[in-house]
Amino acid sequence: MIQFLIEPWPWWISGIIILAIMFLLIYFGQSFGFSSNLRTICAVAGLGKKAHFFNFNRKSQLWNLVFLVGAIIGGFITKIYLSNDLPVQISQKTIDDLGQLGFSAPESVQPSELFSIKVLFSLKGFLILALGGVMVGFGARYAGGCTSGHAISGLSDIQVPSLLAVIGFFAGGLVMTFLLFLIIFS
Amino acid sequence: MKFVKFLIFGIVFGIVMAKYEAFSWYRIQEMFRFQAFHMYGIIGTAVTLSVLGVAIIKKFNLRDFHGNPIIFYPKERLVTRYLIGGTIFGLGWALSGACSGPMVVNIGYGYLAMVVVFLFAIIGTYLYGVIKNKLPH
Repeated sequence: MIQFLIEPWPWWISGIIILAIMFLLIYFGQSFGFSSNLRTICAVAGLGKKAHFFNFNRKSQLWNLVFLVGAIIGGFITKIYLSNDLPVQISQKTIDDLGQLGFSAPESVQPSELFSIKVLFSLKGFLILALGGVMVGFGARYAGGCTSGHAISGLSDIQVPSLLAVIGFFAGGLVMTFLLFLIIFS
Repeated sequence: MKFVKFLIFGIVFGIVMAKYEAFSWYRIQEMFRFQAFHMYGIIGTAVTLSVLGVAIIKKFNLRDFHGNPIIFYPKERLVTRYLIGGTIFGLGWALSGACSGPMVVNIGYGYLAMVVVFLFAIIGTYLYGVIKNKLPH
């Protein structure tokens, strides 16, 4: 049993669990969309005084902030109890491609080239994290949702707007990966 | 307390994101390079099954816990905001390796540099709120 917990789980179980989360949320009168939390946090920070967009009924989104706290705890629980500290087993082709950009083979789950504390205090390292974050936050709000809201919730209702959003996600992701990375990580 | 269940759902979400490495920058790179099935398997199974689930809910007019009919509100029939907003999001997703949820899961897992990413995601959200009336939707 312990072995099962620590080793990688079959990929299809993930889909079932995410599905369960989505439908449990629906059952309890909510919907699965994580990026709303970013907006709620702005509202809680009092930014409703600066922009009308953040004046809304925050109490109705309290459940989602609690969900966010749970997600942090979930990450912690996995690290302590459910992981075996082996490097992420990505495709050799990816390792080779990333090697061309200056990334060493994975030693854990995240590249130290981007996420180590040392890099955090370098100007370029900090800017990459900041820019990545700003674009995720700005883009998610502009599109009215992120992966959970559009790719999962929206597509399951076969909403064309969500399909457009997912097309956008990929357009952006591909441009960054195949073009901009060559400039950023040369 | 009615919020306990949402905490539990969040914890399970966090565990799945971490356990399946969906929060890993490497996995997102693999996804955008189409070099593995992994991320497509995770998102694909969730979407395929939930399409069925939504269809069942609609067909049988299922109700939620409170007895209310479950309604799926259609999103605004626009184009520009989804394409441009989505593209900007995608740029950020590939650069940081994290979308909104996995950002915080990373923080719980111990990657404190993600606090910067998360903070700036909030700033990005604020920026949208301030300039949205000048943006095409």
